[in-house]
Amino acid sequence: MITFDSVTKRYPDGTVAVDHLSLEAPTGEVTVFVGPSGCGKTTSLRMINRMIDATEGEILLDGRPVREIDPPTLRRGIGYVIQQAGLFPHKKIVDNIATVPHLLGWDRGKARARAMELLERVGLDPAMGERYPFQLSGGQQQRVGVARALAADPPVLLMDEPFSAVDPIVRTSLQDELLRLQAELNKTIVFVTHDIDEAIKLGDRVAVLRVGGRLAQLADPKTLLSEPADDFVREFLGRDRGIRRLQFVSTEGLRLRTDLTVPEGYEGGRSEPWLLVVTKDGRPLGWIAGDGRGGPEPYGTFRPGQDSMRAALDAALLSPSGCAVAVDEEGKVAGVATREALDAALAEAADA
Amino acid sequence: MRDALLADGPPAIWLVADGPPTIWEWIARNWDTGRGGSIKNLLGDHLVMSLVPIVAGLALALPLGLASVRWRWLYQPTAGLFNVIYALPSLPVFMLLISVTGLSKTTVIIPLTFYAIAVLIPAVVDGLGSVPDHVRQSAVAMGFTPLRRLLRVELPIATPVVLAGLRVVAVSSISLVSVGAVIGEGGLGMLFTRAYQNPFLPPVIVGIVLIVALALVADALLVLAQRLLTPWVRARRAS
Ligand SMILES: Nc1ncnc2c1ncn2[C@@H]1O[C@H](COP(=O)(O)OP(=O)(O)O)[C@@H](O)[C@H]1O
Ligand SMILES: [Mg+2]
Repeated sequence: MITFDSVTKRYPDGTVAVDHLSLEAPTGEVTVFVGPSGCGKTTSLRMINRMIDATEGEILLDGRPVREIDPPTLRRGIGYVIQQAGLFPHKKIVDNIATVPHLLGWDRGKARARAMELLERVGLDPAMGERYPFQLSGGQQQRVGVARALAADPPVLLMDEPFSAVDPIVRTSLQDELLRLQAELNKTIVFVTHDIDEAIKLGDRVAVLRVGGRLAQLADPKTLLSEPADDFVREFLGRDRGIRRLQFVSTEGLRLRTDLTVPEGYEGGRSEPWLLVVTKDGRPLGWIAGDGRGGPEPYGTFRPGQDSMRAALDAALLSPSGCAVAVDEEGKVAGVATREALDAALAEAADA
Repeated sequence: MRDALLADGPPAIWLVADGPPTIWEWIARNWDTGRGGSIKNLLGDHLVMSLVPIVAGLALALPLGLASVRWRWLYQPTAGLFNVIYALPSLPVFMLLISVTGLSKTTVIIPLTFYAIAVLIPAVVDGLGSVPDHVRQSAVAMGFTPLRRLLRVELPIATPVVLAGLRVVAVSSISLVSVGAVIGEGGLGMLFTRAYQNPFLPPVIVGIVLIVALALVADALLVLAQRLLTPWVRARRAS
């Protein structure tokens, strides 16, 4: 656990970057620092591994003041990932990843083996180990940056806007990858971002900071969206808070109807306004009017229990029927969530 | 002064020529006469007087460059001082040094070393400046000690820029040694002075060809060193 105990950082020029910050980043959880540019996120992060020393207050790592730990020793036990990856241009990828193991004096073979293992773990081709950093795309470099931070298996990971410089598609896949890794590794992660959506997606707890380095709110993402502490937080969260909150509402209890499907070649006869045409192997083909007229219309799918209410609602809105198609992991139709079912679930979510 | 110049004495063959020899004959007769003025000895002198300044210059410019990066205010005065020395005409510098070091190789080596330093300090400073800030920061964050960071991260990344400076120094040092001929220590440059006394072309041609060849070899060796030391730079160019 990382504890900030009334930590203040005043730079020599008088700038107060962090002002009496007190919070805890629990072991095995992702704590996100989010806030506008210049609110002291990087400063806060760097005080943990003593790249910057606090002016007042104390930062504790599992109860021990970091002030008492020799900086190089402290840092070798804390993974660190930054926006530009910061890979060593003169080292091959495997040597980049093996940096901290080298510093810790592991033998060469063991360090290399560990590096190759991590390369795969972060989703890269092991053949990339022999390349130099400039031969990799930005997203690949960022993966190597994560692998390098994990190399010596540190319990703590500090990440400073690690995914801000890559394009949105790559960013999404890096975020998913991080969540997947974290589910396996259970590191204590402090993640800095200026992007509230990223904070909500990745954080177990989100600390919203305001300029001047003061904590505006510390809460889990769902609470943050439903109960912003003040106008600053509300404004920072932006629009669509209600819709975004639905991503924390499960589709587990959503009522599904299984009587609204028909096989290919249906020619009318049922009194339902819309029916879902399903192929022989159980996959959705499209919506058709109850009288059998017109071609199959577009449909949207979600996986009940896995996807959130936000995804289910999105699937419903994609189709003229206003219904969402529930599918299993193989993409076969498991049922249909009608407007009425979605309505009921939304009403329940609003009450919660 | 003239006695000093001819202290080793020119090979007798230069004086008693019965009809001008061809350049090949001249080389054959003067390559190794067992006396100081033989081509072989002049070549050796030339190598010593150009290599020592290159090596000494690098050895001195490295700490000076590092200090200039560490203490920024040092850079301008240090670089300025060596630039002024660089700008001084060699003749008066030699005259000044003769009173201390006499008519010796040292008198030639000292100013050349200063020239090397004048070129290499900015190369070291620029080289270290070429280390991206995020790379330096991530080295700190991973727990490099300052010395280890310098040796394993910053200097290797600075190497291409320093080597580029070293190539300039090597070629100019090899060519500048000839100036030492005015005090009787010009290495292969001695072959030019003798042409004043005796209008005879072969020594001049041999001198020029050998100096150019030395410069080319030194440059080629440095290019080779660059390839071996900085494979990542070559990989980048190739891609
Ligand atoms: N070395 C420094 N000297 C003086 N002021 C600084 C320094 N580093 C950061 N600051 C200031 O401290 C504040 C917080 O900076 P930073 O922690 O980098 O914010 P963030 O990462 O949230 O953008 C800013 O106002 C910034 O200008
Ligand atoms: Mg920052």
